[in-house]
Amino acid sequence: MALSLIVLCSLAYVMLLFYIAWRVDFSAVKGKSPVNNAYVYALSLAVYCTAWTFFGSVGRATTGGLSFLGVYLGPSLLAPLWFVLLRKMILISKNQRITSIADFISSRYGKSATLGVIVTVIAVLGIVPYISIQLKAVMFGINTLTHFGQAAPAPPAELWLDGGFWVTVAMAMFTAFFGTRKLDPNERHEGLVAAVAFESMVKLGAFLAVGLYVTFGFYNGFDDLFTKAQVHEATHKMFSLQDSGITPFSWNMLMILSLFAIMLLPRQFHIAVVENTSPRHIARAMWVFPLYLLLINIFVFPVALAGKMNFDANIHPDTYLLSLPLASGANWLALLAFIGGFSAATSMIVVEATALSIMFSNHIVVPLLIKTRSFGQGKDLVSGAHRLLDIRRVSILFILFMAYLYQRSVGSTYDLVSVGLISFTAAAQLAPAFIGAMYWKRATHQGAVAGLATGFLVWAYCLPIPSMAQAGIVSRDFIDHGLWGISALKPYALFGFSGVDPVSHAAFWSLLINTWVYAIVSINTKPSTLNLTQADLFVNIHKYISWQDTDILKREAKIGDLKNMLDRFLGETRTLTLFREYESNNGVSLTNHQVAQADLVNFVETQLSGAIGAASARLVMDSIVKEEPITLDEVMRILEQTREAVEYSRVMVEKNTELKTLTLQLTAANEQLKNLDRLKADFITTVTHELRTPVTSIRSLTKILLDYRSELSEEKIQEYLQILVGESDRISRLINQVLDLEKIQSESIAPEALQSVDMEALVSRTATGMEQLFREKEVAFSVQNDVPGACEVQGDYDRLVQVVSNLLSNALKFVPQGEGWVKARLFHQNGFLHLQILDNGPGIPPEKQAMIFEKFTQLSRRDTGKPQGSGLGLFITKTIVEQHGGLLRVESKIGEGAMFEVRLPLNRFAKSTFAAAKN
Amino acid sequence: MSDRREANLLLLFITVLILLNYPLLSLVDRQDHWFGFPALYFYLFFVWLGLIVAVALVVRKRKK
Repeated sequence: MALSLIVLCSLAYVMLLFYIAWRVDFSAVKGKSPVNNAYVYALSLAVYCTAWTFFGSVGRATTGGLSFLGVYLGPSLLAPLWFVLLRKMILISKNQRITSIADFISSRYGKSATLGVIVTVIAVLGIVPYISIQLKAVMFGINTLTHFGQAAPAPPAELWLDGGFWVTVAMAMFTAFFGTRKLDPNERHEGLVAAVAFESMVKLGAFLAVGLYVTFGFYNGFDDLFTKAQVHEATHKMFSLQDSGITPFSWNMLMILSLFAIMLLPRQFHIAVVENTSPRHIARAMWVFPLYLLLINIFVFPVALAGKMNFDANIHPDTYLLSLPLASGANWLALLAFIGGFSAATSMIVVEATALSIMFSNHIVVPLLIKTRSFGQGKDLVSGAHRLLDIRRVSILFILFMAYLYQRSVGSTYDLVSVGLISFTAAAQLAPAFIGAMYWKRATHQGAVAGLATGFLVWAYCLPIPSMAQAGIVSRDFIDHGLWGISALKPYALFGFSGVDPVSHAAFWSLLINTWVYAIVSINTKPSTLNLTQADLFVNIHKYISWQDTDILKREAKIGDLKNMLDRFLGETRTLTLFREYESNNGVSLTNHQVAQADLVNFVETQLSGAIGAASARLVMDSIVKEEPITLDEVMRILEQTREAVEYSRVMVEKNTELKTLTLQLTAANEQLKNLDRLKADFITTVTHELRTPVTSIRSLTKILLDYRSELSEEKIQEYLQILVGESDRISRLINQVLDLEKIQSESIAPEALQSVDMEALVSRTATGMEQLFREKEVAFSVQNDVPGACEVQGDYDRLVQVVSNLLSNALKFVPQGEGWVKARLFHQNGFLHLQILDNGPGIPPEKQAMIFEKFTQLSRRDTGKPQGSGLGLFITKTIVEQHGGLLRVESKIGEGAMFEVRLPLNRFAKSTFAAAKN
Repeated sequence: MSDRREANLLLLFITVLILLNYPLLSLVDRQDHWFGFPALYFYLFFVWLGLIVAVALVVRKRKK
């Protein structure tokens, strides 16, 4: 087959990939990414199947029987755990904006730069052999197609004439185009993922095509093929692991290595975690990806059997997939198989080199440049980004060139799988630190560094360095006799452990020592604060992002929708302010048609939670963010109604409370009114009763006088007239008192009536005015003043006169005729002037003492049983005293007289006390 | 619901881990024919397919 045809087909295929990537990137910018799909995710994970799977497995099957399947059974076995494990990896990575496995491990152990470097070094050096076998596969694929049946030409000494060199250069350019076209802060490459998914379909299709051709073209189906192979001498042993020389130990190690590889290979981490568009895709990928692995492996064994039966040792088993169609003249099928293998190799190289270049630039080159201060100084962001992309491109070139050199010097002596397994063992060194990162909080930075370093050294000593010795680069002396002649240090039989294949041996020792050192150093070192907080964030990620919140990561919504919704609940001004705040805080500018990323969605939800509660906010956001049958408008309406209802009921509650208060007030007022009404009725009854008594007596006496004047004696007439005058006086006094009461109760003391009143003079003058009355009743009156000349109070003179005269006449009323006495006493106490009026009357029974100051309370004289006075005097007195800011009280015992005491504030306090009383 | 799913998946992992390892593997590691396929080949692919179907059944979306 002509070389030009192969190159042309490869180029056409690459162009197709570019086209797919370009289209996908284009639609991704428009907001609808075809990559956001579970099947695409599962297919892109199939980047796991490389040229190793495509060519190497067949070669492996010829020597190791079905042991090659371990490499695919391991990942399939792990798939059920993805539901927890991969989800956790993704949650942590999205939460921490992690862009590579080196980033993951260094972030966990306190964002350690040292660990970033170590992991990157392990990854780059460890993966170089793996990349080299892809280059080798493409090269010998071309050689097989062009020189089938002839001995492969030896690689020329000059680099420029070697086909492999040009394959490497082409691959580097191809990778640079794919992986470094733009700088994405999240390291997402939708176009790349789409191309990889497409390549997965191509390689599966090509493999199945060749497999069916061999099984049903060369033979009559599986049964025929297997029956013939089982009796064939060359293939008989391949049917049993034991017969193929595969020990249970190496089978186990192979499973463990591949189990780790699916998580830890940089390209698998990149595709599964960094390029993941939604954790929802995991569930489907959990069975689609193993199914893919199963399908691509069905024909490996039959093809290996067929090749082994048909070819002799001149044809390398790794090329059977091409050789079998070529041998039967099916050149087009061989070309298809080559394209399939080419797909497998390119997808691996592109993703792996991209992932490694991200690690290499982020953890080694950029920190170095920042330290030397030659990065980003005096340059704008754009040129900085360009520079970063240039660094990536150089990294890719560097990594691929190392792979080329490895292939040229070492790889040619080994088959594909043997070399690939060296890389698997290297990747597995990350396992203790990686798994501990997510599940062991106690793990420290020092532990991770120590574990990784020792694991890596053991690996290097047991696998790549001896392989270089086998290739003649270094002396193979240490292989045969151990380092420095110590036999315990033989790299293929460390500590005397021999009888196993080198990979299992190296995997066992390196992982054991790695894990042990990691654990013991972690336990015995103290983590830094940052290490502790990061540990909690990684191990207990669900504390920070709840299980259900996995949706947050994929939640996207139109910014316009978000704005509209916030408008409704927070109002337009507030919404605008919030969005502006968000824009300035995050340094972005939002347009309505843009798709909001998860953090903006979360921001909006948080704001909304403040307004309508977390649960409702969640509901509203879900309706916008998810594709639900219920439309946004409907939800808006429902919620608005709810909001109105809530608002309305809130108002109702307020109104209700108001009403209750009003009712209470009304009831109180009503009660008061009723009380007043009753009091008024009482008052009227009492007053009229009081009036009727004298009026009745006046009426009857005047009637007697009118009818019987002639028959009455002059004395009788005189007596009757006397009574008439007395009764009239009583009426007029009563009327005066009622009028007084009205006046005193309705009016407070006018400020102009206030004056300094000398109480001693007032008492004396009042008593003088009543002298006649005292003399008539033969009552002795005396005044005792303890504070002469200091009895001034502030008050209304006339009213105070009324107080004193009321008290004096009251006393006069009750003292006995002839031997009675009334005393007035004045003294100071606590800033008050005390005026006591004492008498030797009959006294007031205790139960009546509280009542006597009420209206119309009259006490009857014991001896006559007749009520005395109107019953208003003491009430009026008390009212006046209180109007002056004073107090009126009584002290009395039956048979020992009574003492009325008036307390009035002294002049210096009068004003303020008076004001207080007024209020 | 999610807890039950996780527990089922963990059990599945353990089950298949045992099925795909020694000593069980040594029982089928022999020159034999099952349904027209070599015994080991048939066994490995059968367990594998069983695993895939089981995972698909466990994670399938349940209708509410």
